[in-house]
Amino acid sequence: MALDDRKSDFTFVGTRPNRPDGLDKVTGRAKFGADISAPGMLHGAVLRSPHAHARIVKIDTSKAEAHKDVKAVVTRADFAEVPFKPGLEGEFWNVLENVMAGEKALYDGHAVAAIAASSALAARDALKLIEVEYDVLSHVTDVDKAMAPDAPVIREGAADYSVPEGMHPNVVRYHESGHGDVEAGFSEADLVTEDSFVTEATHQGYIEPHACLGMLGNDGKGELWCTTQGHWIAQKTCAALLGIETSQLRVTASEIGGGFGGKTTVFIEPVALALSRKANRPVKIVMTRSEVFRATGPTSSASMDIKIGMKKDGTITAAQGVFRLQGGAFPGAPGDMTAMCAFAPYNLTNVKQIGYDVMSNRPKQAAYRAPGAPMGAFAVESVIDELCNKLGLDPVDVRLKNAAHEGTKASYGPTYERIGLVETLEAAKAHPHYTAPLKPGQGRGISCGFWFNHGGETSVSLALSEDGSAQLMVGTPDIGGSRASMALMAAEVLGIPYENIRVTVADTASLGYNDVSHGSRVTYASGLATIKAAKHAVERLCERAATKWGIPTDAVKWEDGCAVPSGPNAGDFDPMPLADITADMGSTGGPISGHFEATPEGAGVSFGTHIVDAEVDPETGKTCVTRYTVIQDAGKAIHPTYVEGQYQGGAAQGIGWALNEEYVYGEDGRLQNSIFLDYRIPVASDLPMIDTVIVEVPNPGHPFGVRGVGETGIVPPLAAIANAVSNAAGVRMKQLPMSPPRILAALKGNG
Amino acid sequence: MNYHSPASFAEASALAANATGITRFLAGGTDVLVQLRSELVTPDTLIDIKKINGVHDITRNADGSWTLGVATTGAEMSEHPELGKDWPGVVEAMDLIGSTQVQGRATLTGNLCNGSPAADSVPAMVAAGVTVTVTGPDGMREVAVEDIPTGPGKTSLTKGEVVSAVNIPARGDNAGDAYLRFIPRTEMDIAVVGVGVDLRLDGDTITEARVALGAVAPTVLLVEDCAKAILGSTLDDAALDALAAAASAACNPIDDKRGTIEFRTEVAGVLAKRAAKIAYARAKGENA
Ligand SMILES: Cc1cc2nc3c(=O)[nH]c(=O)nc-3n(C[C@H](O)[C@H](O)[C@H](O)COP(=O)(O)OP(=O)(O)OC[C@H]3O[C@@H](n4cnc5c(N)ncnc54)[C@H](O)[C@@H]3O)c2cc1C
Repeated sequence: MALDDRKSDFTFVGTRPNRPDGLDKVTGRAKFGADISAPGMLHGAVLRSPHAHARIVKIDTSKAEAHKDVKAVVTRADFAEVPFKPGLEGEFWNVLENVMAGEKALYDGHAVAAIAASSALAARDALKLIEVEYDVLSHVTDVDKAMAPDAPVIREGAADYSVPEGMHPNVVRYHESGHGDVEAGFSEADLVTEDSFVTEATHQGYIEPHACLGMLGNDGKGELWCTTQGHWIAQKTCAALLGIETSQLRVTASEIGGGFGGKTTVFIEPVALALSRKANRPVKIVMTRSEVFRATGPTSSASMDIKIGMKKDGTITAAQGVFRLQGGAFPGAPGDMTAMCAFAPYNLTNVKQIGYDVMSNRPKQAAYRAPGAPMGAFAVESVIDELCNKLGLDPVDVRLKNAAHEGTKASYGPTYERIGLVETLEAAKAHPHYTAPLKPGQGRGISCGFWFNHGGETSVSLALSEDGSAQLMVGTPDIGGSRASMALMAAEVLGIPYENIRVTVADTASLGYNDVSHGSRVTYASGLATIKAAKHAVERLCERAATKWGIPTDAVKWEDGCAVPSGPNAGDFDPMPLADITADMGSTGGPISGHFEATPEGAGVSFGTHIVDAEVDPETGKTCVTRYTVIQDAGKAIHPTYVEGQYQGGAAQGIGWALNEEYVYGEDGRLQNSIFLDYRIPVASDLPMIDTVIVEVPNPGHPFGVRGVGETGIVPPLAAIANAVSNAAGVRMKQLPMSPPRILAALKGNG
Repeated sequence: MNYHSPASFAEASALAANATGITRFLAGGTDVLVQLRSELVTPDTLIDIKKINGVHDITRNADGSWTLGVATTGAEMSEHPELGKDWPGVVEAMDLIGSTQVQGRATLTGNLCNGSPAADSVPAMVAAGVTVTVTGPDGMREVAVEDIPTGPGKTSLTKGEVVSAVNIPARGDNAGDAYLRFIPRTEMDIAVVGVGVDLRLDGDTITEARVALGAVAPTVLLVEDCAKAILGSTLDDAALDALAAAASAACNPIDDKRGTIEFRTEVAGVLAKRAAKIAYARAKGENA
């Protein structure tokens, strides 16, 4: 994208006004997924497999159908035929198979049938009337076991071309990248450390369960209301799964109670629509928490081997990693992402990374902030910490010595443009936290983290009203205060107050296609689109002023919300405020709007450095995180409070992932902890105050310099906390979560 | 589902005695309603005991002992000006349960009769020597708390029996109690190990001791060997080590999602020491 219009001094951008949706949210007026109903509405419920792996021999729905409160029952037969293809191409098939099981139930919680009834209770009760005959098959839920020769095959033919000959059919994608000669690099090292690490799957833990209301007529026209990070992908997917035209389904995104990547696909939405089509009534489905845990998309679990060579002065001579990720019973585990991100912070001469995407009998993994990157960082940054300890080197200095910078050939291939890693490390070194004394029993950990960030298809429309206010329509659901950031950027260009701009997340019928709110793309891409759309409107405004003044359009420029003559030669006219132009726009050429539709491609990668202090109770293995500082490059913080919120949120979720959150499967392959009581996300009192430092190294790919900040913040925590805990406990922790029993066992094992 | 709100325990007992299918008493409902909504237990008969006169009363009797109504909530216990001075361990154990919202409903009796081996107030009550009054078709009987649970989710109460009061002994002089639990987080969790300790001193020497362990066996354990380990001692290091060893030896835990056998066994000893130190300090009149 041409960026001749780069800006560095701002009026609105960088301020911290209240978010426009704040009042609605604190007063309960905001409508979330479950907050809607329609006349004649039915309630849906989903029957789920109690088995980790089973052939579905027969489903008898006759008793349920005969029940007086039941208005429709659906099984896989009620969905469209979608062709099966291996790899990502077949993603619609994968989603369909996940939404409603076909020949086999592939994991505990896999949907096998659904009911619409006159009440939620009746629907739930009527599920018990559906009789399913299963032929239970052997199962596997562990990534290493799923790759072993004797592992049960989840699905033949799911592997794509990338997988080397001779691998187990559960290995469905393979990634290898890097440069240089790692063997030569290791031989140059003074110390080579090699170790293996594992992480368990975690769930995004968004507070709002999935919920939707679907209406679909036999004419193939439908409406869907749902909690989602992207309603266009919901539209496209539901249409494909139901065999209707995409444009005939209008999807509206509700307010969203958290997503973190987990709401970038569909689960119950096509089911509600299928039930509605059969019952000819609107159908609402709301998941229970247990359904969310069992049957939506947690992260992958991972098993990783790392080898790094270092010279006595801290120079990394070679680095190598093998990353095996289990992503449930479908292709998609981000082994490639893990591999590509793992060494990305470093300027390496010799680097090699291998990633595996492995299927097992677990729910289909979904994105969770920087999908794949946190696990890899945990493994790599643990080994770097170990090398620093053994060589007696300062962990920040070592990272500075090896840090990637502008012009570095990244471990995953491209050459970096201007990046801010060094700045985050320097800020870490200068931060009082880094030199604060530690108490006995405490340890300090450092980690860097990287995430690509993403642009993606984006449409924005801005319309001016005759009173000089503006309405901005974006298509990216607001998952982190983005409406505030959009309004600030529009205000900056238009020169009208933040409060005069109303930002709406438009439905699929009101705007062109928009990719999901993911990849930390919203403030970058919808922001860029907003700026361009506002500039487009400003051009129209200047044209109208030029006409009124009777001077050429290029003799008018826009300043502080007014059209002004571009120079003394253009004529002597008083500034003409925006509202004066819009007041009679109907008679001067019609409504004034601005638009943007494109796929911005300059997202700008992002880096962060975290400092963590942890205290370990040596008698119980219990960890307390006593101090936490997040330092991250935001490029340009449009609304600093919400940038800080993203940083703190990443740290908080990272603390949960590192210490206590995990999917626990029994021998029977069933999920043991599908409620928040036993799936232990941190409670408020588990967290320290999380300090933040916003570094701003402008992204050359955005008019105001924005880099996405939503994901990088969860990349360093696992490693930084593991390093702090390992340094406090005096023993290297190689398995997440570092729950008290694991720490105590490690302490005992260490004598 | 049939819902009843009897006006007396005799009526409650009769309703339960004549009910068919699954019967539950409804005290705070923080177990019953959660189990109902998650479809673990769907009762056929629900008998709400909160409408019976006096069930929220906290009464100090003439001899210094306490009688608590069976619907007395955790919040009511914590807010009572005197109860926590006599029995800080029992009150703190109850206060650990759930959140502020749960505290406004949850009861000692519900915690006990739900039959969870991890119930927090139960080891504290056992250490304190608490008994409950049980009203049944054949009249009333008094039962020690440790004799109520018989296994996970099971109690010794027979059909038609309802707990009608909680009796806490008189505190007496030179004595103190304490309860500690281990959870991986700081709150809103289920005990992986729980330890209740009650001590009486003569000077610096322990003359009476009761130590109870939770979450390390199918039911709460009153461990004689723990008491023996510290009786006659001044809670010196040797006594503490003996206490920890006795506590660990008494454990008969399971491996589950909340903790391993090794972990529970080890931590039971650690918490026994820590709880004993607090109880000892309290018995000496120190703030702990
Ligand atoms: C969010 C949350 C957090 C929790 N945290 C904890 C915790 O940290 N520690 C802990 O131990 N528990 C915890 N619990 C469980 C629960 O709150 C406690 O067990 C509580 O003490 C139960 O008391 P209740 O009055 O609500 O019992 P109810 O749910 O009313 O009853 C529980 C059981 O006791 C029986 N019962 C009740 N009254 C009588 C009676 N008078 N006679 C005979 N039987 C009777 C009922 O039939 C039922 O089986 C938690 C629960 C929730 C929802």
